[in-house]
Amino acid sequence: MRKPLGDIAHTRSGDKGDMCNIGVIAFKPEDYPIILREVTPDRVKQHFGDLVKGKVQRYELPNIQAINLLLHESLGGGGTVSLHIDAQGKTYGAALLRMEIEVD
Amino acid sequence: MIRIANGQGFWGDWLEAPVRLVDQGPIDYLVLDYLAEITMSILQKQKQEDPSLGYARDFPPLIGRLAKKLKERGIKVVANAGGVNPTACARAVLKAAPGLKVAVVHGDDVFSRIDEFLGKGYELRDMDTGAPISTIRNQILSANAYIGAFPLAEALDTGADVVIAGRSTDTALTLGPMVHKFKWKPDDWHKLAAGTIAGHIIECGAQCSGGNCQVDWENIPDMANVGYPIVEAEPDGTFTVTKHAGTGGRVHSDTVKEQLLYELGDPKGYLTPDCSADFTSIHLEDTGADRVRVSGITGGPKPPTLKLSVSYTNGWKAIGTLVYSWPQALDKAKAADRIVRARLKSLGLSFEEIYTEFFGVNACQGPAAPPNPDPPEIQLRIGVRGQDRKTVDRFTRELIPLVLNGPPGATGFGDGRPQAREIVAYWSALLPREEITTRVEVIS
Repeated sequence: MRKPLGDIAHTRSGDKGDMCNIGVIAFKPEDYPIILREVTPDRVKQHFGDLVKGKVQRYELPNIQAINLLLHESLGGGGTVSLHIDAQGKTYGAALLRMEIEVD
Repeated sequence: MIRIANGQGFWGDWLEAPVRLVDQGPIDYLVLDYLAEITMSILQKQKQEDPSLGYARDFPPLIGRLAKKLKERGIKVVANAGGVNPTACARAVLKAAPGLKVAVVHGDDVFSRIDEFLGKGYELRDMDTGAPISTIRNQILSANAYIGAFPLAEALDTGADVVIAGRSTDTALTLGPMVHKFKWKPDDWHKLAAGTIAGHIIECGAQCSGGNCQVDWENIPDMANVGYPIVEAEPDGTFTVTKHAGTGGRVHSDTVKEQLLYELGDPKGYLTPDCSADFTSIHLEDTGADRVRVSGITGGPKPPTLKLSVSYTNGWKAIGTLVYSWPQALDKAKAADRIVRARLKSLGLSFEEIYTEFFGVNACQGPAAPPNPDPPEIQLRIGVRGQDRKTVDRFTRELIPLVLNGPPGATGFGDGRPQAREIVAYWSALLPREEITTRVEVIS
């Protein structure tokens, strides 16, 4: 069954220079394996299309049932250089909640 | 146990927050984080124009407002309000609150030492691009080394009521009081990591106590009176995140998890001047209403380098907007964008970047935004960036004429043409930590 990620997870995003990080947290511990399986760097990069110019990295935090995604070169240069309205990637976490995933 | 409260997540955060933290319940330390990466350059410019400025000007009047209560209850304040002029900040605090003892931490400001570092062969390469700092040498506005918790603890050891630092790390403001009170040693890596993570949780103020929280946000109570966060720290490195009773907002493992992940890189190696903290070791437990206990944290040795925060001028930018209304709002905005670009081209103007967003469709989230095929209104937002101010200035004349000479239905130009603004960009580099010596000065 396909569902939006937002049905099983919440997120928070922020910036470091031209990189946006998105923390993805499972509401329920039993859904964490689904996040690990579905929210891959490739899928995330595809979801954001040409907004993400660089690579996507992923780190795991099983202790809080979360992953941390680093979206390189995704903020138009970042900080004060960027011409984007969301130069800090504050809304990118919410944008990821729309990504469709396969739920068991 | 000591209670450490954060009353300011950045310069510009809620003015009432620190006052309420003092008024609404028990705390031992009030910590205030004023410095974002870009704040230092703004302060440097202010200092260049007036040598008595260059610090967070909200801070002295706040201390004046709180002085009597701080003294009566023995609450100590730790803040990086000093910016690029901590001594001037301390003098202003003493003027506003003459009875207080103020300690200043010096040593982070390396603006005058860049050539010395270059002479020693340090290239100070940008941590993102790898370019050596010599490429922007003449554009540098400010340069500061991030300093850690031990100089802040040393300042508290003097018995000061108020500790003022320049570019201390955000997390050190919280860890400093723990090192001071619990006499933690420079190699107590696990405890230092725990205090660092406590600092990370509360450094953005209410962002861990209900602010910007996605989980059940509609039902988080009384956000108008949101309680700013308090860490109840134990000597063994465990701590509880909470807020004053009767305040709004929410402290829960959900709100704490979101903040733990905020602006995080590699969770196993969160580096500060004091230690390396492992975010995968954190154990969270909801122990009561608005109480989250944090335990199990492990850490490792501090890195051999300190991070430098350098700001420098890097050209000009301007961003202009116009609003197009239904029908065909998006088509009209797109047509207007094409016209502006064609006119800029025919004027022979070139930019490093021209960037267009359609606000109301996909400005924030780009291709990841949900489809919105027939929006009732759209704000066209065009930005340009380049090294030449005149070129950027010329662009600012190209939007408003479209109201009469472009697609129909344009409005929202009441604020006039956009202003060209100089870009102050941010450069980070690593420096061997032996180069930085801090010094505590008590000013009275």
